[in-house]
Amino acid sequence: MGPRTLFDKVWEAHRVREETADSPAVLYVDLHLVHEVTSPQAFAVLRERGLRVRRPERTLATMDHSTPTLPRRPDGRWPFADAQAEAQVGELERNCAASGIEVLALGSGRQGIVHVIGPELGATQPGMTVVCGDSHTATHGAFGALAFGIGTSEVGHVLATQCLLQRKARTLAVQVDGRLRPGVSAKDLVLAVIARIGVGGGTGHVVEYRGSAIRALSMEERMTVSNMSIEAGARAGMIAPDDTTFQYLSGRERAPKGADWEAAVAAWRRLPTDEGARFDREVSLDGSALEPMITFGTNPAQAIPVTGIVPDPAQAPDPSARASLEGALRYMGLAPGKPILGQRIDVVFIGSCTNSRIEDLRAAAGVMRGRKVAVRALVVPGSQAVKRQAEAEGLDRVFRDAGAEWREPGCSMCIAMNGDGIRAGEYCVSTSNRNFEGRQGAGGRTLLASPLTAAAAAVAGRVADPRRLGT
Amino acid sequence: MDPIRTVAGRTAVLPRANVDTDQIIPARFLKTTVRSGLGRSLFADWRYDAAGAPRPEFALNRPEAAGCTVLVAGDNFGCGSSREHAPWALLDFGIRAVVSTSIADIFRSNALKNGLLPVVVDPETHRRLLAAPGQEVRIDLESRTLTLADGSSAAFPIDGFSRTCLLNGVDELGFLLSQEEAIAAFERSR
Repeated sequence: MGPRTLFDKVWEAHRVREETADSPAVLYVDLHLVHEVTSPQAFAVLRERGLRVRRPERTLATMDHSTPTLPRRPDGRWPFADAQAEAQVGELERNCAASGIEVLALGSGRQGIVHVIGPELGATQPGMTVVCGDSHTATHGAFGALAFGIGTSEVGHVLATQCLLQRKARTLAVQVDGRLRPGVSAKDLVLAVIARIGVGGGTGHVVEYRGSAIRALSMEERMTVSNMSIEAGARAGMIAPDDTTFQYLSGRERAPKGADWEAAVAAWRRLPTDEGARFDREVSLDGSALEPMITFGTNPAQAIPVTGIVPDPAQAPDPSARASLEGALRYMGLAPGKPILGQRIDVVFIGSCTNSRIEDLRAAAGVMRGRKVAVRALVVPGSQAVKRQAEAEGLDRVFRDAGAEWREPGCSMCIAMNGDGIRAGEYCVSTSNRNFEGRQGAGGRTLLASPLTAAAAAVAGRVADPRRLGT
Repeated sequence: MDPIRTVAGRTAVLPRANVDTDQIIPARFLKTTVRSGLGRSLFADWRYDAAGAPRPEFALNRPEAAGCTVLVAGDNFGCGSSREHAPWALLDFGIRAVVSTSIADIFRSNALKNGLLPVVVDPETHRRLLAAPGQEVRIDLESRTLTLADGSSAAFPIDGFSRTCLLNGVDELGFLLSQEEAIAAFERSR
């Protein structure tokens, strides 16, 4: 066997049946994460066809998309946005109870965003296949897992058979070397990668992030990078496991223990891409040249340094790009050729599966400490565990003292289906992953940025450079 | 699923590139627990104004799009989230095929599982489709060709397995269930 990539190794270890010209591979799934929005119709198909959940112990559910981020009411009920949201969550609980699937429910102290809790429980491990009916499943690839989003039909396939039919993707190496400068974070790195390869540039590919800048990232930073792989159209993102990965996992609830741990680490050390393995495509970036990034448009590839100039559609390379850019600037109400710095904003959102972990909250709190926010600022931790940790460190006090809202965990304003959202025409600097039209509320305008840049914007009431904070 | 051999009908043209699934079906409509009834919310924020009245300039509201079954869209159609509500909404509205120069991975996979044909054509064919909205086209799955109103035709690629499933009205779950022996053997071998 010749040299293999990390992706090759995980793929081959889960192949129940090889792909042929006539049929895709049958791929075994180690961990299936389930949430309330993309699962009810899948459970319904199983009921219609008289099928059982094949491996409930390989399935883990939580509720995050349509859940409230305000606390439980005095009467004990949760303040759902509407009856439909409440019914959807209720259906998840019933489906899981009937199938023997563990559900980390509201009020359990263990609920959170599905891509935050998998890693924090140690359920996500190197070399695994992880799927979820959510495109940001790529997050788990930060551990050297093959993790990707699936549709509801496929959620049903995995519930019923623990397998998926898959064609093997091509591979794209994204090499980032050099040391990130102060004020430049993992979010800036991945926004720069997406701006470079384009919003569809990763289609049909699994990305492996490599290089010294990636190796130097913490596990949480790696999750931020891998999380946004789908924003370049990639099927998945992966990062080779190393001591950073093992230190993060060691002692976590679902991580192997004792002799099993030693054996697991030994196996995980064999996962990284072999010397001489070939990728179908390669792209490289100089990490030391990166700056804090912010999006100005309506897809995540439309990003510039925070000190940059909003591009002029007249300079676009082709008519299609020109039309895209013109449409984006019209929607965003931004003028071409002007600096983005100083653009007035209305809201700041710190949260989402991209940036709601403890390190993200520490970064944002570092900026807000001793300052006041100039606009509405919502801080939503990724899980109950993150929330407890933040409160133990006093970060909630920092946010509240600055005038920001400190909420319960969930997807919240990233997808704006739980009642948290922005109004038409408002500008929101957001640490989430998508700046699509209306993503944070119909007519709302999203500027994606890192927690540092978002917190700096909250304090300034404008797009601001986190490296040049006023007092 | 009913077998599909051809899709014939009128086109609606949405020339924008990178149409994401949040546009196809905004997230506020994802609180449903069933698949049906999403067609009225298809492209809701582009199709209706804030008061809920149809915007006459939007592709699906234009007179030449009446009764359309084929949506011709710009590059990279269906990017973004994994919501299968996107193909469900298109199908419920009456769209049977989406034609573009490229289609995002998860959307394509979801479309195939529901009998919505993802058709990727060459840039020249695409240009001619964009230029003449409302033309009658015919998509033949067996011969993998799309025929334009002027009689010219273009080939499109489709995975052989997906094509067989669509032609025979078979869903993938049935195939996976037939693999039970191999799956159980795989589990024992680990």
